[in-house]
Amino acid sequence: MFDYLKYIREWNFPHIWCSGCGDGIVLKALIRAMDKLKVSRDEAVMVSGIGCSSRTPGYIDINTLHTTHGRALAFATGVKHAKPELKVIVVTGDGDCTAIGGNHFIHAARRNIDMTVLLYNNYIYGMTGGQCSPTTPKGYKASTAQYGNIEPPFNTSGLAIAAGASFVARTDVYHVQQCEKMISLALQRKGFSLVEILTPCPTAFGRRNRMSDPVVMMEWLRDNAVSGRKWENLSAQEREGKIQTGVLIDVEKPEFTAEYGKLMEKVGVQK
Amino acid sequence: MEKSESSTTLMMQGNQACAVGALAAGCRFFAGYPITPSSEIAEYLSVQLPRRGGKFIQMEDEIAAMGATIGASLTGLKAMTATSGPGFSLKQENIGYACMTEVPCVIVNVMRGGPSTGMPTLPAQMDVQQARWGTHGDHEIIVLTASSAQDTYEQTIRAFNLSERYMTPVILLLDEIVGHSTEKVVLPRQSEIEIVNRKQPEMPPQDYLPYKTGPDLIPVLANLGSGYRYNVTGLCHDETGFPTNDTRNNEALIRRLVEKIKAHRDDIVRYRERKLDDAEIVIFAYGSVARSAKSAVVKCREKGIRAGLFEPSVIWPFPVKEVFALSGKVKAFLVPEMNLGQLAREVRGAVEFKVPVHQLNRVDGNPITPLEIVNKVEEVI
Repeated sequence: MFDYLKYIREWNFPHIWCSGCGDGIVLKALIRAMDKLKVSRDEAVMVSGIGCSSRTPGYIDINTLHTTHGRALAFATGVKHAKPELKVIVVTGDGDCTAIGGNHFIHAARRNIDMTVLLYNNYIYGMTGGQCSPTTPKGYKASTAQYGNIEPPFNTSGLAIAAGASFVARTDVYHVQQCEKMISLALQRKGFSLVEILTPCPTAFGRRNRMSDPVVMMEWLRDNAVSGRKWENLSAQEREGKIQTGVLIDVEKPEFTAEYGKLMEKVGVQK
Repeated sequence: MEKSESSTTLMMQGNQACAVGALAAGCRFFAGYPITPSSEIAEYLSVQLPRRGGKFIQMEDEIAAMGATIGASLTGLKAMTATSGPGFSLKQENIGYACMTEVPCVIVNVMRGGPSTGMPTLPAQMDVQQARWGTHGDHEIIVLTASSAQDTYEQTIRAFNLSERYMTPVILLLDEIVGHSTEKVVLPRQSEIEIVNRKQPEMPPQDYLPYKTGPDLIPVLANLGSGYRYNVTGLCHDETGFPTNDTRNNEALIRRLVEKIKAHRDDIVRYRERKLDDAEIVIFAYGSVARSAKSAVVKCREKGIRAGLFEPSVIWPFPVKEVFALSGKVKAFLVPEMNLGQLAREVRGAVEFKVPVHQLNRVDGNPITPLEIVNKVEEVI
């Protein structure tokens, strides 16, 4: 039996997440991945913004920064640039990362600065009560889209790839082993690595969209998240309404702090 | 140049003097975003920091530059950002975060005319109240000003020292004239410069409480990665650093953040004076306007008017006590400012309306000349 407690700040429990929320599943997958990779707790820094997912730092016993809405990547860039030996993990949500933090997201990806971003995508602003987010699918209801959302959603992972991220994967909390594996791969990459994790919010998203039962949402992920070869074998018609998971891009590119290191060598450090 | 063994005299721009002062103070991280009239600070540091093992980064926007500055500071590096009016507005959210989380950093604002894009290349002093109250919520803040390149060099060093001592963001307000004037600067030997470095915890990690403070009300924050694992949040938090909704705790936190600066105001507040001993009228001036005021004092004296100069180098906390002390001795104050009276109102409050406080204001992007000040003195005395 895996011992989660040595990574957990038990004194902060019970956590703030609703029953049926997937955020705790991500936290556990992260802990297992960190444990297997023997990531030093003293050298790991988790940086988050604002929202339900961004409360994760309160529960994990590493160095943790809970910053301002959308700005986690900006703070994380400062931390990593200042002290490249630290292992930087950013925890953010669809609203935090792709709406208010969208600019930081594309530029951190463009720089390919070494950090792992766990983007919990629950398609909604959960903490503030279920407002429409940039990933809310068209036609779905939210507290600010009560007649159904008229806007097209972001393809968040596609955005990161286009912006220059060297590792991007998509996964979900139903497929917990894949979730751990994707986080583990991301943690091992040198560069900007994004893991987009689909996670249910029965309280704020499901309730308005005929999925208030958390089990129904989990079943939806089971039936619609398709990975690897399975996805390859689907026809365009069969892919309709399904979501591709697994590694979406995994390439080597110059990493920001390493490039800065080379620059320092080139100009020479004065006495 | 800060390593040389004797003092050095150079010609430099105010913005460069700011960057040189920052390096002398130990600044090893700068995150910025291009904006007139402050960009020379970023440009100079982009050359110098990599040569000193320091880190420079041009961020995607002003907000990110402020965030990266705070993140870097938490690792233990002395960190700075520089901007001007519109960028200063954008940084306010994260300046509040630095106040709340007590992360030392220096924010330089080379003031230009506003509101909005305003007058990018012309001087103003329109951000002095924004520097005090720009971020939301009750808080105290330390704000310095400078009137010359030499003064900019010295105040930048002091900004870092105050920031490290009191674990708080410190704002340095320059104006376009100070930032862009090239003049003589004497750089002292590095060994002669007073440098303050933030404290680090001495107890074992299991006993460490990041926001537990002693009688000085100042927390000791461990550098990230030093083995003291703790939580930093902009939410109201207790001594452990974790968020809480305990209202008694939160009241105590906000009061401590304010009291931390107020209790040490005598150590923080600084001003320069000229001919105040027998003055009948005090000219209260800061930034480039203080230089016109200096010359106006000389000209007034030639005309037989006993004028004196009060030049605050710290405007927040406001030198209430020091200004009040003059109110019983003088007939009037004159506050020339490149705004419509943002500090005149503070002077008026400080003297408790006992003596008249006159204003001389320009918001057209032109400097206030000595002659204008002399004429105003003659008009009101």
